[in-house]
Amino acid sequence: MLKVLRDLLVYNREFAIGFVLTVGIFLFALAHFWAPMPDSAIYLLPPDMPPSAQYWFGTTSRGQDVLWQMSSAIWNTMLFGLTVTVISRLLAVIVGMVSGYLGGRWDQFLMTINDTMIALPNIPILLLVYFVMRDSMSWPVLAATAALLGWNYDARLIRSVTLSLRNREFTRHAVFAGMSVPQILVRQHLPYVMPVIFFTAMNNLIWAIGIEVTLSVLGFSDVNRPTIGGMIYWANQHQAIIAGIWWWIAFPIIAVVLLFLGLFLLAISVNEYIDPRSRLSRMGA
Amino acid sequence: MDGFSKYLAQRLFQFFLVLFLGISLTFLITKLSPVDPVEQSVSLMTSFGATDPRAVELMREALAELYGLQGSLFEQYINFWSRIIVGDFGPSLSSFPTPVMSLIMAALPWTVGLLLQALIISWCLGNLLGALAGYYRSNMLLKLSGALVMALHPVPAYIIGLVLLLLFGFIWPILPISGGAQMNLPPSFSFDYIRSLILHGTLPALTLVLGGIGSWFISMRSLASNIVTDDHVVYAELAGVSSGKIFSQYVARNALLPQLTGLALSLGGVFGGAVITEFVYNYPGVGRLLIQGIYRGDYSLVLGVTTISIVAVAVAVLIIDLLYPLIDPRVRLG
Repeated sequence: MLKVLRDLLVYNREFAIGFVLTVGIFLFALAHFWAPMPDSAIYLLPPDMPPSAQYWFGTTSRGQDVLWQMSSAIWNTMLFGLTVTVISRLLAVIVGMVSGYLGGRWDQFLMTINDTMIALPNIPILLLVYFVMRDSMSWPVLAATAALLGWNYDARLIRSVTLSLRNREFTRHAVFAGMSVPQILVRQHLPYVMPVIFFTAMNNLIWAIGIEVTLSVLGFSDVNRPTIGGMIYWANQHQAIIAGIWWWIAFPIIAVVLLFLGLFLLAISVNEYIDPRSRLSRMGA
Repeated sequence: MDGFSKYLAQRLFQFFLVLFLGISLTFLITKLSPVDPVEQSVSLMTSFGATDPRAVELMREALAELYGLQGSLFEQYINFWSRIIVGDFGPSLSSFPTPVMSLIMAALPWTVGLLLQALIISWCLGNLLGALAGYYRSNMLLKLSGALVMALHPVPAYIIGLVLLLLFGFIWPILPISGGAQMNLPPSFSFDYIRSLILHGTLPALTLVLGGIGSWFISMRSLASNIVTDDHVVYAELAGVSSGKIFSQYVARNALLPQLTGLALSLGGVFGGAVITEFVYNYPGVGRLLIQGIYRGDYSLVLGVTTISIVAVAVAVLIIDLLYPLIDPRVRLG
């Protein structure tokens, strides 16, 4: 695993850039544990200070330091994204592998549900969930809802991988050796599915962060918990653009775009690493 | 049964299943609510001043009937369905007494128009660029444009919309940033009205196009670069078929089939982007209606828009599925 990482860093420029960006932003987010002031405190500092030596990214109209707000915000946003990703990966792997391996009626049933879920518009459903839950909407509930809506594309992908593994020699050996279905799936097939899970996890993380940004920008989450979307929400509430407090909006946008770029570069380079065809064509074969 | 009617039956089954499960899900979500929508609306209406308690009691009953919250859960469910089939969601509370349905019907053409042009432009452009990039792999210009659209692809619609709004609304103010058309112009087929329609639609459509083009580009490029190594393409190259013909007839045409399926699958997600874009630009479509409904606590409006958007996306998917046989002879001829 470490050797693969080293090779990718040395030979794949996209992976190297993506890795540096993602790790850099992660470290920046980690820094919020050493923040000099609590991230929920407001009107602690002089408001509307432009970026200076004392306040690197300026302060907000609510008297918060943009730099430290951002650090907490990225942490919370990433935490949300990772929660969605882990739950939805579990669903996608279980549905995809069971559907692909068992085939027949099970496959038909699971894939029909799957295709139905794909055709449902996510944002209106998430908004409806927020609307009926209102104040009892906490970020774990939102994450769980997003996860329930975000697994179906990848379940299809994992199913197709398992489908091709099912007819391979080693699967038949495992069956004759008396392994049960869960054993075959976990011990024989899962290692082959792992790279796909990793690749889809990146894309899902990007999607989940996008959902978080979208919903909190509208104020449809706990607005007192700093998140990237939440920062933009407050900036809009205080008319930051018209008041000329550009740093309140610009820095969160730059941070989230860099994070997206980093994750996306990781996703495509890992995909390339998994799919040898595109690797060969890159080498000019 | 021949292949085509089997395909048709399958698609229709899927369509009705999407409607059934989607609307049942919507019903279930409304039952999750820890707050009673009736109480919520009552407190909203009585918050302006003291009201006669008897009047409040009457209002409660009327609202419970209006929201279909009377009787057992199963009765409510049946009631919910019967109202959806006739398209009656009751009057909107925030713009009383206009029925929710007429609000939605007034907003729907805006959303459909916006989505249609954004989808067509991003799908065509993304596929063209992607196919070219997959076929002519060493072209620097294509690589550069590919990197650009791919970098924009993961950025959420809100961020793209906000940045465009800042660029063309504040820094270099050349385009209108709010509304669907100029306020003082009556809707007509006059030159002025159509011009303002196009100008107002430019930024919302551009937001959706910039966000949507990347995913088509990525999948088309990988499809095309896989097809390029296929035997039939190699054979055509050896036989001296012109490269333009190989590109359009041998590579792009084959790669377009999965992309059309992808279009049907992506509609649900694209709709979400349109909701947010409409909010950013105050565009008078169903997305803005939905978000306004949430801010104003308008239960029947939110429920109506969610249901209609599920139905609208399902219908659009069905239309694409029905167009599919036209370009794939395997389905048409069975």
